[in-house]
Amino acid sequence: MLGALVHLAFGWRRATTWVSAASAGFVLATAIVLAVEVSRSGPVTAMAGLLRVDALSAFMVLVIGAVGLVATAATPAYFRAEIDDGRATARTAARHSLLVQLFLATMALAVLAANLGVVWVAVEATTIVTAFLVGQRRTRASVEAAWKYVVICSAGIALALLGTIVLNFAAAHAPGTAGLDLATLSAHASGLNPGVTRIAIALLVLGFGTKAGLAPLHAWLPDAHSQAPAPVSALMSGVLLSVAFYAILRVKVISDAALGAGFARTLLTVMALASLALAASLLIGQRDYKRMLAYSSIEHLGLVAFGAAIGSPLALTAALLHVFGHGLAKAVLFLGAGRVLQFTGTSQIDGVRGLIARHPALATTFGFGVLALAGLPPFSLFASELGIVRAGFTAGLGWQTTAALALVLVIAAALITNTSRMLLGAPSTSDTPAATPIPIALAGGLLACAVLGIVAGPLPALLDLATQPLAVTR
Amino acid sequence: MYVQLLDLACGALLLTAVLVLWRRELVVIIRVFALQGAALAVLVGVLAAHENSAELWAVALGVFVLRAGVLPYLLRRALAGAGESRREASPLVNVSASLLAAAALTLLAYAVSQPLVALAPSAATQAIPVGVTVVLIGFFVLVTRRRALSQLVGFLLMDNGITAVGFLTTTSVGLVVELGVSLDVLLAVLVLQVLTTRMRETFGDTDLDELRELRD
Repeated sequence: MLGALVHLAFGWRRATTWVSAASAGFVLATAIVLAVEVSRSGPVTAMAGLLRVDALSAFMVLVIGAVGLVATAATPAYFRAEIDDGRATARTAARHSLLVQLFLATMALAVLAANLGVVWVAVEATTIVTAFLVGQRRTRASVEAAWKYVVICSAGIALALLGTIVLNFAAAHAPGTAGLDLATLSAHASGLNPGVTRIAIALLVLGFGTKAGLAPLHAWLPDAHSQAPAPVSALMSGVLLSVAFYAILRVKVISDAALGAGFARTLLTVMALASLALAASLLIGQRDYKRMLAYSSIEHLGLVAFGAAIGSPLALTAALLHVFGHGLAKAVLFLGAGRVLQFTGTSQIDGVRGLIARHPALATTFGFGVLALAGLPPFSLFASELGIVRAGFTAGLGWQTTAALALVLVIAAALITNTSRMLLGAPSTSDTPAATPIPIALAGGLLACAVLGIVAGPLPALLDLATQPLAVTR
Repeated sequence: MYVQLLDLACGALLLTAVLVLWRRELVVIIRVFALQGAALAVLVGVLAAHENSAELWAVALGVFVLRAGVLPYLLRRALAGAGESRREASPLVNVSASLLAAAALTLLAYAVSQPLVALAPSAATQAIPVGVTVVLIGFFVLVTRRRALSQLVGFLLMDNGITAVGFLTTTSVGLVVELGVSLDVLLAVLVLQVLTTRMRETFGDTDLDELRELRD
């Protein structure tokens, strides 16, 4: 019932400035209500069994709501500056808000759907909705990014569709299951034909992995993230990737029950380490700060995938916490990067010098954001990375964890070096320091991320509930 | 009779996929693609006659309208914007190599889909490898072609193949999903078509070799 409410909220979408933020806030509020409801009385089903909310879905809605609130709250300021500079018109802004609302709605549908087929439809719908958001600026580079984005993501997600169909086939020939209802599928997964299910799982993980930005089909991500307008990058990086990853988590449950833990673990570990290695190698010499943030998203999703591959309750809890922390920190950073781009007019790291002298507030937020990304305390990413590493060593994945840890350290060093080049040093041009108002949303997002790292609040109970059905029982 | 018709439809599906690889003129490619859509509709029609299901007949009609009518029309309209001189697709891999690759992909498809056929042997499931082959050929077209429109056709080939597999497994995935999938494909093509137009405005061409601005 509450799931339907979320959709009602999206029914009326008007393009006035603060409505977006209000409805994102509403999603957050609904998410909290949902979370409380679910942890008290178990899963809720709505709309003739099409939507089903359990603790994991509730947690994902929470992430969507929180990151959505940060991103949409910063949108009005972003567009005011864009319109002032003549890069956007009121019409673009209106269309932007409309598409962002649809975007949030499709993501909410993806995590609330009870049926794997509907999850697929919703994830593909996010691609379609965001295509125009990526290509919004209509420059050469952004049209190119949008094309790559749609082609690679649609092709990748088509593989997931093939996987869905094959899984459906397997389900139809197994006792006790029919159709793609996630709950029934995972409950009866042990009866599925292993050969067919193996094909299905490989296709599904690869397909949704494309959308989650995991190697080998990650090529769209740096382009799309660096060309999209800042609020959209924030949403895509902060939540869209994790929504796609949510689908992988659901698939993994089925895989673990049908094929044992080994298959999905190997697949995910390989993809995770490949993503980490790729991100590390491209981050070291990175010259563009928006691409730097994009590669860092690949890194973090790789870490989350690694957490899922380990599969113990500690690892999964840490992975989910990581999703939340990364969502908030990355949203803040992309929004911050958008402001930097507006002030300096260049997205090259070398083009930005001495930011801290000219825009102290913005530079401080950006700096702290990068520290959060690098996994330093007190931010929650520190806690979750620590959790994943500890779980990795306990689960006997010693050398994989060591490799992941080494790559993470390299990436952290590269991130901090690149950022310090931007923030410190003498200003390249001799313009006067401008007092820039720093959007409250940015500071708020970072603060939330830090608070999450120190006191997890009422989240552990929800996370426990969410990971229970996911954990590998050995 | 049923088995022969089914095999005929699947044969047409495979043949059209290979033809897309063979021919280089975009106009012909689009016509072949429409033919493949028709073959797919026939395939669904044969299954409908076999199972005597009115619902499946309606689906067959829907498939025909969408894949042999609407999608080729959209492609043709996208092509009409490009001038006479731009009608030649120039693949990264030459034609004979592509055809060899198609043969290899067919073998791969048969090898990979063994468990699928083994799970429930029947005339329909025996044809699943054909669907998988079309998916693989579509993917091959997608990665080796340089024109935006050829890539679009590659994507649609993949989708046709997936749909064929879906029907050949003879298990419906539910009406909501079915509708959602069709709508998504249609929208994806519309989005891509708009992007091609926009690309032509900004680049003056839809040769994807021009897309070299973004890379590391």
